[in-house]
Amino acid sequence: MAEKNEKKQVNEGKGKFSSLDLPDLPKGLPPQLEFQRTRVLCNLDAPIHTDTVMYGGAYASMGVDNSVQLDYFRQKFRVEVVRLTKDDMEFDLIGIDPSIANAFRRILIAELPTMAIEKVLIANNTSVIQDEVLAHRLGLIPIMVDPRLFEYISENDTNNEKNTIVYKLHVRCERGAPRLTVKTNELKWLPNGSELLLDSKNSDSNPTSKPRTYTSFSCSQASLPKFANNPINPMPDITIARLGPGQEIELEAHAVKGMGKTHAKWSPVATAWYRMLPEVVLLEDVEDEDAEKLVNTCPVKVFDIEDIGNGKKKATVARPRACTLCRECLRIGEEWEKRVSLRRIKDHFIFTIESTGALPPEVLFTEAVKILEDKCERVITELS
Amino acid sequence: MEHGAFGDQSNATFSLTEEDHTLANAVRFTLNQDPRVTFCGYSIPHPSDARVNIRVQTTGDPAREVLKDACQDLMLMCQHVRSTFDKAVADFKTSERGQAMNIDSEE
Repeated sequence: MAEKNEKKQVNEGKGKFSSLDLPDLPKGLPPQLEFQRTRVLCNLDAPIHTDTVMYGGAYASMGVDNSVQLDYFRQKFRVEVVRLTKDDMEFDLIGIDPSIANAFRRILIAELPTMAIEKVLIANNTSVIQDEVLAHRLGLIPIMVDPRLFEYISENDTNNEKNTIVYKLHVRCERGAPRLTVKTNELKWLPNGSELLLDSKNSDSNPTSKPRTYTSFSCSQASLPKFANNPINPMPDITIARLGPGQEIELEAHAVKGMGKTHAKWSPVATAWYRMLPEVVLLEDVEDEDAEKLVNTCPVKVFDIEDIGNGKKKATVARPRACTLCRECLRIGEEWEKRVSLRRIKDHFIFTIESTGALPPEVLFTEAVKILEDKCERVITELS
Repeated sequence: MEHGAFGDQSNATFSLTEEDHTLANAVRFTLNQDPRVTFCGYSIPHPSDARVNIRVQTTGDPAREVLKDACQDLMLMCQHVRSTFDKAVADFKTSERGQAMNIDSEE
């Protein structure tokens, strides 16, 4: 921290002409360099200026400080929520470097914990779906519980009420009955733990003790206040298997806490992705037939037609956000590359998170940011 | 964890276990913002090992302190992102609720 203060003093000592004091930081940069720095230009053949200029002193010779100081970041950074539902959200992160936006995305996919079925004890399976395929399908079922209420289980730990959720599945299709579709609704939560007995040689020696099962719960999960009124259910209405007449499945499934980097079944998001904000600019006026042509070419309807009087029409950019950079508008003809310019803004990210149901998407994002903070803290403590 | 030439504190390579591009690339960004840094970069020596090497060369300050400051900066940035995001979500929720109430009252 002392280091930090020293640094500040040095900055202040530099004098009044620090570029940080200017109302708009990159003011000193010539327009073409400023364009390269802030925009990706999508030409017909390939996009250019795709890299970000990371080095703080990149434009030092022009007297422009390229570094994003913390105060400046705090001033400029914005978040705008576009859509927020139970399991899906879209928001804009404005004024942030791709390396940090990407860190959030990677953490969302691979480093946020959830609960997922890890062990399946199959007592009977006469269906056509093989044991291992069935177990894999069970693993992928999202379990709708806050993973923060559970602990990780390590190799030497016993399964207890703090680290394991147990489900039972016992379904049978009677002879003469039509084929039966087994859905996740059939999975019954066992708050008292496993009901399958462990084989043990000395079980007769102590008949009064509780029979040992595959888990050792000290109390029922249903008696814990956090689960008392909301049973831990898997995502309903997902098909697990189909049974023909006479077929039966009897099994027990044990869910534990894990992370997406171990196996994708623990990923709390269906997907989390971002794209940069498209910017569509008409470099010259596009009128009449050309305007019609432009509007009809765009598959996502980025352009609109505006009446400019005397029966003349002009194309306008109405919905640049919808642009997918398909570049159809540049393919109309040779001269169109000079008329339309497709760009992306490098520090404006349209972030989309689709949750699988364990946690709402806005909570997932805050948790992801917290994990990045924890990572930094770990490095700091290890270095001190 | 730190491998550097003896005596010269300003150049060092830090080997972080259980980390990957997620942290290393973000830290590389914050390191690059620091005027004291002359060079920084990271590598993952083998994709099967959960390990990154971060190289830091400075104008004279101890590389260890500079890296620590970079992590501190990243952490402060994260905290700001989190508070801004929470505020944006709260604002969105209240405005949405307001809209829903307006629709209800119109009906």
